[in-house]
Amino acid sequence: MSEDVLAGEPVSATAFAAELEAALAADEPAGLRALRARGAERFGALGFPSTREEDWRFTNVGPVARTRFERPRQAWGRDDVARAIAPLRLAGALEMVFVDGRFAPELSSAPETSAGVWAASLAEVARREFGRVEARLGHHASFVERPFAALSTALFEDGAFVAVERGAAVASPIHLLFYVTAGTAPTAVFPRVLVEVGENAQVTIVETYSGAEDARYLVAPVTEIVAGAGAVVDHYKLQRDALEAFHLGLLHVESGRAATVSTHTFSLGAAIARHDVEGALVGEGSETTLNGLYLVRGRQLADYHMRVDHAAPHTTSHELFKGVLNDRGRGVFNGRIHVHRQAQKTDAKQTSRNLLLSREALVNANPQLEIFADDVRCTHGSTVGQLDDLAVFYLRSRGIGFEAARSLLTYAFASDLIERVKVPAVHDQLQEFLLAWIPQGEIVREAI
Amino acid sequence: MLLEIQNLHAAVEGNEILRGVDLRVNSGEVHAVMGPNGSGKSTLAQVLAGKDDYAITAGKVLLDGRDLLEMDPEIRAREGLFLAFQYPVEIPGVSNTYFLRAALNAVRKHRGLPEYDAMSFLRLVKEKVKLVGLDESLLQRPVNEGFSGGEKKRNEIFHMAVLEPRLCVLDETDSGLDIDALRIVADGVNSLRSPERAFVVITHYQRLLNYIVPDFVHVLVEGRIVRSGGKELAHELEAKGYGWLENQVAAGAEA
Repeated sequence: MSEDVLAGEPVSATAFAAELEAALAADEPAGLRALRARGAERFGALGFPSTREEDWRFTNVGPVARTRFERPRQAWGRDDVARAIAPLRLAGALEMVFVDGRFAPELSSAPETSAGVWAASLAEVARREFGRVEARLGHHASFVERPFAALSTALFEDGAFVAVERGAAVASPIHLLFYVTAGTAPTAVFPRVLVEVGENAQVTIVETYSGAEDARYLVAPVTEIVAGAGAVVDHYKLQRDALEAFHLGLLHVESGRAATVSTHTFSLGAAIARHDVEGALVGEGSETTLNGLYLVRGRQLADYHMRVDHAAPHTTSHELFKGVLNDRGRGVFNGRIHVHRQAQKTDAKQTSRNLLLSREALVNANPQLEIFADDVRCTHGSTVGQLDDLAVFYLRSRGIGFEAARSLLTYAFASDLIERVKVPAVHDQLQEFLLAWIPQGEIVREAI
Repeated sequence: MLLEIQNLHAAVEGNEILRGVDLRVNSGEVHAVMGPNGSGKSTLAQVLAGKDDYAITAGKVLLDGRDLLEMDPEIRAREGLFLAFQYPVEIPGVSNTYFLRAALNAVRKHRGLPEYDAMSFLRLVKEKVKLVGLDESLLQRPVNEGFSGGEKKRNEIFHMAVLEPRLCVLDETDSGLDIDALRIVADGVNSLRSPERAFVVITHYQRLLNYIVPDFVHVLVEGRIVRSGGKELAHELEAKGYGWLENQVAAGAEA
């Protein structure tokens, strides 16, 4: 079957039929089985998206639909994985490690019992006391129109449940590290994260997605973060998947009254990375920052589909997205801002800036404003361009070589977002990644 | 001879702007190049620095007897040429200090000198920054970003002080400066004057030359140097304007 046919026609859910059947037959609480059934039903109805659908116009998931994925069954060695994830660990963080989708307590920090935070395996919580998560799971991030979120709802195997008690300030960041090992066949994992932050509580959450260098897999995570009134949440998602992997993720952050939520999505790995990011400002006076940086080269594709909902008055959202593209890399930025009728005094700002390092790279950027209130301020701006010739000349005129000047300017462009990261260990990891990624990054390393 | 320009012709988009410039500069000298708007002053500066928007259609430029036009811009800089820009470029994200250390080390490496580490560079910078009265807080800021006009020009002179070039080309460094800023910039330049270093000061007005006193003054009109003299020529131009020289050029063209 040619790629064009696949791109045009919805593909049925048969690729996952066996897994779906198994998941629905599992010995789980009735509520969870009902939730899975709803996910399976939606995925069955939606099928794989085609490029005829507006939301998937520029991202052809034909390669995902064509691949026969299995649940990971391979055995993995503790020492091998420990070695592989060592560079991804965050010093000083409370760490939960998931290998091939499953919580791996032997690689994780001891469970945190103090400081008003409860971080546990979601599978465990769902099995033992589903009532604790029932009202939230799948209720914030909607899977009705999202095939991969629906699939995740049907098939998620594990993940993290993090609950921060009212008024608690969690000192160490909570790091959720998802790692996929290489199997003989392509594998699929569906991590699920639910974070519940109580009133006036404060927490930092970091999610890392990665896999063995030669692993072929699909990772379709769904993360729901719900910040209560006055809560402060700082969230980072580091997508560092293997270069042949597919990452199709949904992130939903909800801000209650006067809550301050910030999320940064760094898209660094995977062949195809799709990030649906939703910011729901449901509480009056809440403020949400949704930022991102993507780096693509070879034939990598990074796609951000943003949706910011201003559903209450006096809400503020800031979005800053940057991308650097080399070779035949592709970027997609679709930024929708929806201001509901009651959301007067909304202040929304969206910026997307894309830097092309080669002639073959391509960006599709598309802002969408839907404003139903009359007293609002919404601004958006999008640029796609190459390095500024004048800036390159200026640096060269001071003795800096041509390649070094380009590297320095590229670094400066991208590091702008890394400098906004408040967790030093995350900042350093990202800086290291960027320096290794930039052509002749070692020149920059000497300069900074 | 530090710099020798022979019959230099340069065009942009088929439009000839320099039409046979001749200029000889020895170490230790300060040359002023004056001229009306559109006479080719800034083009001359940019061509010397190696901006590739210009096509060199004829002529030669020698730095220490070596073909300058064959060199990439960064090689010219490492060989000791410095252009202080008329409009210094803002570079968001690149710290002034990082940038300058990278530049200085590139220059020093080229000259076979040891590179500066961060500590010794910091000491050097603290010393040089006083020379041009630049606010130290501007060192950590991105290059020129959010700097006032005067700060940008002072930053150029600061870069010059750190890089210690042998040939400094100042392209309308006086434009947009009030008298106090002008004095500070001129003091910085004067402190860098030495027998091993030459300056080509490009300006529209004589005002700057009250503070940076040139050894020679040249007048550029329609892409050629039409008159050269001592510092008194600048005063003559101030009194009479460029009109009398432009008229002479026009008359010469008709004759």
